[in-house]
Amino acid sequence: MVVKGRVLVEGSAEGPLLRLTAPLSFWGGVDPKTGRISDPRHPQHGADVAGTVLAVPVPRGSSSSSAIMLELIARGIAPAALLLGEADAILALGIVVAGEMGHRTLPALQIGAEELAALPQCRIKVAADGTVTALP
Amino acid sequence: MRVRLAAAEQALLEGAHGPAAAMAMRIVSEAARLMGATSLVPVESAHLDGCLYHGDSGVHFAERIVELGGKVAVPTTLNVGALDFHHPGRVKFDPATAEMARRLMLASEAVGARATWTCAPYQAGHRPRLGAHVAWGESNAVCFVNSVLGARSNRLGDFLDLCCAITARAPCYGLHLDEARRATLVLDARDLSAELRSLDAFYPVLGAVLGSEAGSAVAAVLGVPKGTDEDRLKALGAAAASTGAVGLFHAVGVTPEAPDLDAVLGGVPAARTTTITPAMLRAARDRLSTAATADRIDAVAVGSPHFSAAEFRALAALARGQRFRVPFYACTGRAQLAEIEREGLLAPLKGAGVEIILDTCVVVAPILPPEAGVLMTNSGKFAFYAPANTGFATVYGSLADCVASAAAGRVKRDERLWS
Repeated sequence: MVVKGRVLVEGSAEGPLLRLTAPLSFWGGVDPKTGRISDPRHPQHGADVAGTVLAVPVPRGSSSSSAIMLELIARGIAPAALLLGEADAILALGIVVAGEMGHRTLPALQIGAEELAALPQCRIKVAADGTVTALP
Repeated sequence: MRVRLAAAEQALLEGAHGPAAAMAMRIVSEAARLMGATSLVPVESAHLDGCLYHGDSGVHFAERIVELGGKVAVPTTLNVGALDFHHPGRVKFDPATAEMARRLMLASEAVGARATWTCAPYQAGHRPRLGAHVAWGESNAVCFVNSVLGARSNRLGDFLDLCCAITARAPCYGLHLDEARRATLVLDARDLSAELRSLDAFYPVLGAVLGSEAGSAVAAVLGVPKGTDEDRLKALGAAAASTGAVGLFHAVGVTPEAPDLDAVLGGVPAARTTTITPAMLRAARDRLSTAATADRIDAVAVGSPHFSAAEFRALAALARGQRFRVPFYACTGRAQLAEIEREGLLAPLKGAGVEIILDTCVVVAPILPPEAGVLMTNSGKFAFYAPANTGFATVYGSLADCVASAAAGRVKRDERLWS
């Protein structure tokens, strides 16, 4: 399966899909020291975002989520790629600032909600042109 | 789609005002591209949420801006920091973390922002006019400035707010535009009893429903009584911006852009109308309480968003003659504290056992007792964020419930109007 996303932040990456099944505020929801989802009410509570292709259908919550994204990147425990169901100037901005600060960035794509939902639970490859491939 | 920069903006980008302004302009124009904006809009003021310590990376960013000579170009206030400068030792960070938190606060002041240190800058003298374009961060502050004051800001992430303050520009999309300020949903609370809607504890719960119903959409809320004060609207918006990504709501007949339902819908039928039932409201209220035990409390916290002078007056009236058995934290900013000091309210509040937390708050910094337990609060935002940020379970109640419970040392809630 191959889908094409709008490139928010360019880059290529590969990793297992981690799909959020409920909105998640990174601030208060992801521990910036461990990369684990720390909101006890979230369905993916306890999951580790590091190295995953993180699918975020609906961004939510605090504007400090940019800072959590930057901190995850600076500590080397960020997702490998970010697939956003809606354009969002909060998480992607954390990646832009990380680039300004000389950190290695990660690709972020905007992908239609239906295509995002249709991605199978497997390893996902993200290419620099925004192509997303589900690996066998 | 390319972002078209005006000549002055292009000059900033090319370094005419120094390297910090150039870096800030790169980030602002990149944010515009991310959101599909084709231009920037001049802004009149800014409120910065980037002064709270989340890790060393944010400190390094702020210090880089300062080293490069960055200065804000518009009147700018600061959101909470991670330290209470007036009560050293109250925030229990290890020395290394406290030093980084302090460095971030100093860097935030060094760009020329006012040291307001509050998440309610709108109650500390920063009140943009109706229709003004501004660049604000912090979800409750953005919700208030849009909804209650009728100024225009998107929900800016940390860093972008600072970059907008330095460049006096914001990406022009979303809530800066008339079209995006129109309500697309209607939330009808008119079936709920007038008594329930007259309670302070109603508004955070209504906000929690609004956030989960609206997500990031703009909703028109029917049934908020005329003359509802701004502390209630503040509590409503803060809860809505926690459970959802609400940047603007219209309380029909109350907020400035909503004289009537037709005006906020702009002649377009609502995509969805939801009638709030008493059962929905009770369920939302119950979700704000996570404690497994029925009556235990270990601490009480109020002031998210930061307590206003009016809220302190209400607390002082309720706490008169009381002596609290558990720690009772009231979080506020310097301007609000100065007002109640002038009125002579501080001594009686402290006499009852109220601990003032200044410049910061109990869910963003380690202030609560080290043994996690049960935290009671009248704030939808505290109730939402406390479990993950502090390890405390929560009990939600009205301000009167919080005072009665703190005095009794166990949960006492007036349930009559909710049943």
